[in-house]
This record gives sequence, structure tokens and C-alpha cells, in this order.
Amino acid sequence: MPEIVYPQESGEPIVVDLQDPYWAAFLAWIWPGAGHFYQRRFAKGFLFMICVLSTFFFGLGLGHGRVVYASFKKGDMRWQYICQLGVGAPALPAIVQSMKTKNGNDPYWVLCERFPADYSMPSMAFRTITPENSNGYTGRTLKDGFMAPPAGPIHPEEMDPRTQVQTDTLGRWHYDYKHYFELGTLFTVIAGLLNLLAIYDAFCGPAILTPAQRERLESKHKKRR
Amino acid sequence: MNMSTILDHSFANVSLLAGMTPRIWYAIPLIVVISLVYGATRHENLREILIHAFRSAVWVIGFMSIIFFLIWVAGFWN
Repeated sequence: MPEIVYPQESGEPIVVDLQDPYWAAFLAWIWPGAGHFYQRRFAKGFLFMICVLSTFFFGLGLGHGRVVYASFKKGDMRWQYICQLGVGAPALPAIVQSMKTKNGNDPYWVLCERFPADYSMPSMAFRTITPENSNGYTGRTLKDGFMAPPAGPIHPEEMDPRTQVQTDTLGRWHYDYKHYFELGTLFTVIAGLLNLLAIYDAFCGPAILTPAQRERLESKHKKRR
Repeated sequence: MNMSTILDHSFANVSLLAGMTPRIWYAIPLIVVISLVYGATRHENLREILIHAFRSAVWVIGFMSIIFFLIWVAGFWN
């Protein structure tokens, strides 16, 4: 049970009991703030939980539940997911969806269905099927799932000459959601990276300057002046 | 109402809210959470965290303003 004591120039020293730091770090990863709750640092736990989760879920909402997905194939190397995974459990459904859709299966939690690439009206390919445009279509469809990778093949180099949109589901997402797709990705990536700071704090305690370090820093500043 | 419908409605509400907001305002929540989390990794006391977060936020906004000013000035060379 490592306990860190931070001496203060005035008043009581700050004592932080890290309990088992490895377990705390794991808990902090799996659910933002949980590691701090385990260490009985409730105020910081709430602060980390609210900041990280609100950023993550707001980003997920901006991207219509599609910006967090695990795909590491040619043409769709989703490196952002590595950062998003920093949030822990809230980003894990993407791995479940990735495994479920690996062999062309439909994802869990279907958000909408789209016309396939070989639909008889090419201009409708990858568009969302609605009661108005379905024309009684009952064939195979591409399904968008919550945190699922884009359905269908990815063609990074092919563009529709008329709409200048990539002719695949991922391209359609960018076209439909415009800058919100990027904003949602940014928010969720930042949430994941911020949780890494929270994990560090649960593992090592806060990076509080000791009076000696503060003195050294101040003398350095004075020399510069 | 099934899970997919609930999710779809939630995302539609967020989009509606997002559609009414100019893009620059998206920086505000990010600055706030980044400042708070960074402040929290440097202090244990909530009051000190808030003071540090406020200073960080001012620093970030100042830095962004300088970049904005430089880009704005560069625009005159068009």
C-alpha cells in the first residue's frame, strides 16, 4: 500500500494513499474515475469520470455512433481507435462488433440499413433505406451498427464522378455527417487520451511540485530573466 | 422501443443541437475538460485544481488567439 506524502510550505502535508497502484490503474482504464474511487479519492474520481465520459459520449453522438469502430484493414486503418480505447469499457463494444462482422455477418445494434453496392440503381448505392425510397426492396442490405466497422468493401481510390463521394459505406458516412464525423472522432480520441492522464494519476499520484522542486524552478526562471 | 431506436433518437437529438452551434464553440468544452484533467494530474486539492485549470484555459485561449491573429494577418497576402 504505497502512501505518498507531499510536504507543503504552509499547513498540513498532502497524503495520497494509492492502495494497489496496478489494480487502481486497471480500474481507472476500465471505467474513467473508478481507480480513484477505489483509492477513496472521490472528488478527483468524479471529476475524471464526468470530464472523460461526457467528452466521449458527446463525440459519439456527434458521429451518430459510427466514429468509434475497430478496423485495421487496407484502406481503412482506424488508428484513432487505439486512442479511443484509452476510455476503456465504453469503447470495448467496437471490438465485439469487429469480431461479429469479420466474416461478413451483420452487426449487433443495427442503426440503419443501406442499399448494397450492386443495387440496380447505382446512384442509390450505400444510401440509407427509408420507407419512401425502398421501392419494396427485400434483397441483401448493408447494415450500419453501433460502433461497427463500415459494411461492405472499402475502395479508397474510387470516387463517384457525379457526387465526388467515395463509393463505399465509409465515404457515405463522411458525406452524410460532414464535419461532424471528424469532430466526433476528435472528441472521442481526446477523451481516450485524457483518460491516460487519469490512469497515470491513479498509478503514480499527482505530479505535485515539492518545495525544493518549486524553489529550483523559480531560481531557473530568475536566471533567465 | 428497442435499443437501436433509442440510440438513433439520441444521436438525432445531439445532431440537432450540433446543427445550431457554430463550429468554433466546439473548442470550449474541449478546453474546459483538457484544463480540468491536466490540472487534476498536478494537484490533489480541488481548489488548486480549479485555479490551475483556469490558468491553463487562459493560456490555451491566448495561444489560440495568437495563431488566429497570425492566420488572419496571413490572409491579407492573398
